[in-house]
Amino acid sequence: MSLKYYFVISTFLLSAISPLYASDKNGEKLYSTHCSACHGANGHGGVGVPLALPDFQYGVTNDYLEKSIRLGRPGRIMPAFTNLADDEVKAIIKHIRTWAPGRPFKYSNKTINGNIKNGATLYARKCAACHGANGEGGKGTGVTFSRPRNLPIIAPALNNPGFLASAPDMMIKTVLMNGREGTPMLSYLKQGLSEQDIDDVVTYVRSFENQEPVNAQPEKEVTPLISFESPNSLEETVANIKKAVEGKNFRIIRQQYLNEGLVEAGKENKKQVIIYFCNFSFLYRALAIDPRVGLFLPCRITAIEENGKVTVTSTNPLYMSRFFNNKNLDRLCEEMHEVYAEIVEEASF
Amino acid sequence: MKYNTMTRILISACLFLLVASSHAENLLMARTKQTFPEAMSVLQETIHSMGYKVSRVQRIDIGLTSSGFATDKYRVVFFSTEKDMHFISKNYPHLIPYMPWKISIFAEEQDTLLVTANPMSFSNQKYPGADKFLSKLKADVEKILDILRNSE
Repeated sequence: MSLKYYFVISTFLLSAISPLYASDKNGEKLYSTHCSACHGANGHGGVGVPLALPDFQYGVTNDYLEKSIRLGRPGRIMPAFTNLADDEVKAIIKHIRTWAPGRPFKYSNKTINGNIKNGATLYARKCAACHGANGEGGKGTGVTFSRPRNLPIIAPALNNPGFLASAPDMMIKTVLMNGREGTPMLSYLKQGLSEQDIDDVVTYVRSFENQEPVNAQPEKEVTPLISFESPNSLEETVANIKKAVEGKNFRIIRQQYLNEGLVEAGKENKKQVIIYFCNFSFLYRALAIDPRVGLFLPCRITAIEENGKVTVTSTNPLYMSRFFNNKNLDRLCEEMHEVYAEIVEEASF
Repeated sequence: MKYNTMTRILISACLFLLVASSHAENLLMARTKQTFPEAMSVLQETIHSMGYKVSRVQRIDIGLTSSGFATDKYRVVFFSTEKDMHFISKNYPHLIPYMPWKISIFAEEQDTLLVTANPMSFSNQKYPGADKFLSKLKADVEKILDILRNSE
């Protein structure tokens, strides 16, 4: 079969299956499925930013929203929704727009060429406190139980490639000039900057595009498990796990059999043991970074005896961390990975 | 049509279906307008109605509070079946540390959020046979979240 024939059939197959994904165009339902967990049922925010803020609604274009959905914010929780069809993205945006009827601003694609040196100085003085010295944004996730509720939003990461690709210069300029009501973002015209100063800041923010991208490092191969074989008996291995856990300042919460609670009491498989443990200070730190970290909880090591061999295994926090698209959480998971690896290794001596 | 041509068409179909069905979402999440106690109750009922058993509920908030940290309600619900645990232990022990499956549930003001991993994120080329199990678990978890999402 020629390559051309192969291409035609492939294209036909693609067009044949696409209606499967375009069949549900209900923006409200799509929003509920894909967005509401983070942004709130009515766009009032939560883990994600409050999309319903009138100032936000009037200040961003549909193109900005579309690109934000498509590209996400690498390393800043908002995932890239590459699996949604174009009409599904449009339906979601249409639904989001119902919260603040009216016409959003229209921006020209004009590139602003200000004085980058002055922009850098002004940025350091006026913006860095909230948006970070290098535009990395505020820490945390937004309005959640893990932080005070007096702030509706965490300062966005202006150096994020998803943001920079979505926001035209004129949009950044408008936000700087007018501020964003309902958030800590002030009008810098009212704060004494001239329009030229603001152009200089925009030029500096745009220069973040030249920084090393967030995900520039090639992804390392990460396995889902950390596993070691123990030379000791199951009982000795379990005792070693507990000792190693306590040695790392973690508290043993519970020891149980793997199928406990699922089988009749007394009929559990006694050769599959789970040790649950926690360090609440560490946990509190993790929850402040991302309240969804319950998926890691509680910390756990499993010891299993099979055919006379004892294996000590744990989940790999680095593997799970990737699910969250949260750079700050990645750092914490590296710490946790070290702890797990050391416990598993110590318990297997 | 020659055998080779048919094979290529079938491979193309499989490839496209695979690409089209590969959702990038590693986390499955839902928000319900129910308060935490109501959502917790519906979650456990739904898990049971799907043929699973809740093996344990870890009260994260209690541990935090007793250690002096302020927090809202936060639990982790573990569930599975005796049959599934036996099946995994025997055939796919690499999944054991992730079993029983868990859903985190926590309060966010008057709403409640539920978060779980996408089981297909643990699909491994070395163990293609596990995909059937993971795929069913994913469908069940999505159904559970959907019920919570739509419960008033």
